[in-house]
Amino acid sequence: MSAIRDANNDDSRIASGLDVLSKDVTQYVTVYIAEQLFGLPISRVHDVFTPDTMTPVPLTDNEIAGVLNLRGRIVTAIDMRWKLDLPPAGEGINRMAVGIDYKGESYGLIIDKVGEVLNLPMAEREPNPVNLDPRWAVISAGVHRLEGTLMVILDVDRVLQSMSESVAA
Amino acid sequence: MDDLLLEFLTETNESLDVVDVELVKFEQDPNNAQILDNIFRLVHTIKGTCGFLGLPRLESLAHAGETLMGKYRDGCPVTTEGVSLILLSIDRLKAILADLEANGTEPEGDDQDLISELERMALAAESGEEAASTEEPAAAEASAPAAEEEAPIEVEERELKPGEVPLDELDRIFNETESSFDAAAAAKEQLQEALAEVKGAKASAEEAKTETSEDVKAEAKAESADDAKAKSEPEKKAPAKRPAPAAPAAEGGDKPAGEKSLASQSIRVSVDTLENLMTMVSELVLTRNQLLEIVRRHEDSEFKVPLQRLSNVTAELQEGVMKTRMQPIGNAWQKLPRIVRDLAGELGKEIELEMVGAETELDRQVLDLIKDPLTHMVRNSADHGLELPADRAALGKPEKGTIKLSAYHEGGHIIIEIADDGKGLPTERLKQKALDNELYTAAEIDRMSETQIHKLIFHPGLSTAEQVTNVSGRGVGMDVVRTNIEAIGGTIDLKSQEGRGTVVMIKIPLTLAIVSTLIVESAGERFAIPQLAVVELVRAQKDSEHKIETIRNTPVLRLRNKLLPLSPLSQLLGAEPVIEGDGDNDSKIMEIGEEGFIVVMQVGNQTFGLVVDAVFHTEEIVVKPMSSMLRHLTMFSGNTILGDGSVIMILDPNGIANAIGSAIDSEVAEQTDTDQKAEVSGEAEAVSLLVFRAGGEEPKAVMLSLVTRLEEIQSEAIEHANGRDLVQYRGHLMPLVKVNEDMQLRDKGTQPMLVFADEHRSMGLMVDEIVDIVEEVLDIEVTSEKPGLLGSAVIKGKATEVIDVGYFMPLAFDDWFMMKDVGSKRESFDVLLVDDSSFFRNMLGPVLRAAGYNVTACEDAQQALEMLEDGHQFDAIVSDIEMPGLSGYEFTSQVRKDSRYANTPIIAMSAHASPAAVERGREAGFSDYVAKFDRTGLIAAIKEQTSEVELAA
Repeated sequence: MSAIRDANNDDSRIASGLDVLSKDVTQYVTVYIAEQLFGLPISRVHDVFTPDTMTPVPLTDNEIAGVLNLRGRIVTAIDMRWKLDLPPAGEGINRMAVGIDYKGESYGLIIDKVGEVLNLPMAEREPNPVNLDPRWAVISAGVHRLEGTLMVILDVDRVLQSMSESVAA
Repeated sequence: MDDLLLEFLTETNESLDVVDVELVKFEQDPNNAQILDNIFRLVHTIKGTCGFLGLPRLESLAHAGETLMGKYRDGCPVTTEGVSLILLSIDRLKAILADLEANGTEPEGDDQDLISELERMALAAESGEEAASTEEPAAAEASAPAAEEEAPIEVEERELKPGEVPLDELDRIFNETESSFDAAAAAKEQLQEALAEVKGAKASAEEAKTETSEDVKAEAKAESADDAKAKSEPEKKAPAKRPAPAAPAAEGGDKPAGEKSLASQSIRVSVDTLENLMTMVSELVLTRNQLLEIVRRHEDSEFKVPLQRLSNVTAELQEGVMKTRMQPIGNAWQKLPRIVRDLAGELGKEIELEMVGAETELDRQVLDLIKDPLTHMVRNSADHGLELPADRAALGKPEKGTIKLSAYHEGGHIIIEIADDGKGLPTERLKQKALDNELYTAAEIDRMSETQIHKLIFHPGLSTAEQVTNVSGRGVGMDVVRTNIEAIGGTIDLKSQEGRGTVVMIKIPLTLAIVSTLIVESAGERFAIPQLAVVELVRAQKDSEHKIETIRNTPVLRLRNKLLPLSPLSQLLGAEPVIEGDGDNDSKIMEIGEEGFIVVMQVGNQTFGLVVDAVFHTEEIVVKPMSSMLRHLTMFSGNTILGDGSVIMILDPNGIANAIGSAIDSEVAEQTDTDQKAEVSGEAEAVSLLVFRAGGEEPKAVMLSLVTRLEEIQSEAIEHANGRDLVQYRGHLMPLVKVNEDMQLRDKGTQPMLVFADEHRSMGLMVDEIVDIVEEVLDIEVTSEKPGLLGSAVIKGKATEVIDVGYFMPLAFDDWFMMKDVGSKRESFDVLLVDDSSFFRNMLGPVLRAAGYNVTACEDAQQALEMLEDGHQFDAIVSDIEMPGLSGYEFTSQVRKDSRYANTPIIAMSAHASPAAVERGREAGFSDYVAKFDRTGLIAAIKEQTSEVELAA
């Protein structure tokens, strides 16, 4: 009962999924951006798609990859490699996108590839290392130690908020 | 039921619901001026609408309520009592509305109880706390419990709806509570009793539910007949609440019968639903397109026929959904004529309403949102703008005032104008108002321009109407209008001229509208340009007449004798300009020129060309707003999904204009500047001069207007006869004259010459080279004694000899001027020539002299007048119009005053031969009017005038 209420408080989407196991577990969609594993809370992801025809928008920052049509909605695509100050993806790599909503608008985060869905206990989440690149620290909500790799939790709201701020500035 | 009424009901019910909520908020937070403003506006709107729909009960009640709220707005202390009373009034309004909805007429009855209460309260509020203090505690005490009990009643109410008997009881009790202040406790008791009764009645109502609606109504009617005041607010609250889902149990009564008729006419669908539908349809279209593409690849597919059907249905569906969103603006204007008519009657004015562009299509949502503002503004124009017929007549205006509404698309916006020819905004009174209301200090107001002051009317709480009338004048109108317009991202502007009228311009962005766009390509990407801003398309090619030229790296295009500033779209959009060094700039632009298309666009009064790589087709699109992350890009107004599924950015013509912007602005400004200069110098007689060389390096010039043609004649064609050079020209022999004897004729090739023609004669003046045609104010500084030369002047910075055509003509034909005078009775006429320009004196003098007149030239009117004073006799006077000192008009008026010259022909010469100028000339006393360069006309005029005088004599 309490789990359900909590889940509802969090986001109604969660209530319908498998994640109602315990209030201490969060489900993450994992993605790779330049070999680095990131996790996005599944409640925020409502789509994973292949961006095919992207229309670049002139006069914007490099972070904005363009706009594209996702089933009749216009989605603003954000190149996470630029956002994270990573080298651009090489030619021939099929990139993927994660569809998220932010303040009623649709955005797509362009990532390299999608991994599996992980259930991770909240308790194991660790804060960002203090010496993390500030550009990453801003949009990271912590780190999970997985076997053989580290997963950075991507705070979707902060990713988009930081971009709106840069626009406003 | 009347459409208008129906609409009113829906709207008002919605507004009242909002008022309910807001009032409760207000009670909790009485210092929140914003909430009060909002309530005030809503009630104001209701009042206004009731007024023209002829609903006196609603109107008077709303008016009373508004008056009280006005007091609060002015800063009187807000009391619970007052708010309760207003709430009660609102409930009463709702009850009346419910009846209105059911029966189509306002129910019989009287609201004097509430109105007098409201008025009393308003007075009390006004007279201040002292006056109120004696009364208030008691009153508050009395009404507070009443209000307290209000809540439980309301709850019960909904379930008890058909039980109208006990509600009457409640009303009675309520009235009692009001009338006797200390009866509160008793009332409470009674109320409790009443509630019990109500509960009892509920049971009987259950039975009644099975009865037909007529029965229930009949019952209700009977009761209301019993007691004139029976239409109490709780009773009416019940029907008003009916549409609310909270009363499902009671729905069985008389309501469905009444509601059904409304429901069958139209349904209200939220725009969100339509938006969703639209998205789905777009999706469907895309899928269909993909299917079609697949089928095209398979020749004999069995899917072909069904797909064709699917395709057609989809297209129709798409069109249908599109249509649901678009409506002509005329729909919003429908009720205006009636409003204006009624207003005219009410205000005793004569008003004509003109409507232009009613077919301009608007997104439904936008339409809904501008309806009220439009109504407000038209009412304002009628009430404040237009004067009474008598006042209009006194001002020399037609008695009937005009309000003109027009709508059109411009630069991707919809512009709506409301213009009246009334008295305009009273600047002084606005200033005073602003001072009185302490909106601004006197110093601030002094610094404001008139336009800024006019815009004060958009400030909340500023009304210029001296009288607060029922129609308007509480200073909420324009405030409401601005709020509503700005809510949809529009702008409102206003132009007013005292005594002449006011024009309000509303500009609504296209965010929601469907627009036709032109799809172009630049730097490998496609963009959509709203068609409305596109004037034409020009293809620029290196060797065609349209080629891109540059002035200091700025590309321009010659388009129909005008220079069009160009800007490559790729550059505007930040594509890297391909410059490989300074020298290569031109070649880069020429590269564009070779393959470039130029989209000529007009935004406001700016015209410019956008260079794009390719132009595809036009497409109707639904503009979707850009994500907030892209909204700072002024270059785009939105984006959309094309038929092929790709997203495309829509260019904002205004943004582009701004980007090309300041440069063009200043250019245009400069242009108008020079235009004006040209006009001014036109007054100073700038003339076209043909500059040529003949016999020597020094340039020579002649008035271009004297030259008939420029010719080049083969040297071999020049013949010699009778010691003259001749050429066969157009079937006649044309004598040729050298400008000066030193000049060598060419042996070979072509000989350039200036041809002067006059009726059936022409002569050729041979020159070495035609240099240029220049526009210059001609001022002969050094006069010449040399025959054939008028003198020297500075033309294009060089000393230039100005030749005297009059000298050369007789050289060609000895009798050139003579033959014109055949038939004239006197051989010698005296002509006075008045002209401030020495050039004209020098040019016309010989011409007239050659024509056989004795010419006396004066350089200004004063000198001429003196000569006339001295008793010089002239047969005719030829005068310039534009002269320093006395103008030609003044000069002529003076001359005419002298009886000696009353009949002397005076001929005006002017560069400006407009009909108005001619008319003015006649009034001043000129006998004739000829254009300045019309030599033949002048001579003919002199001849005609003098012979007339002779005949008369």
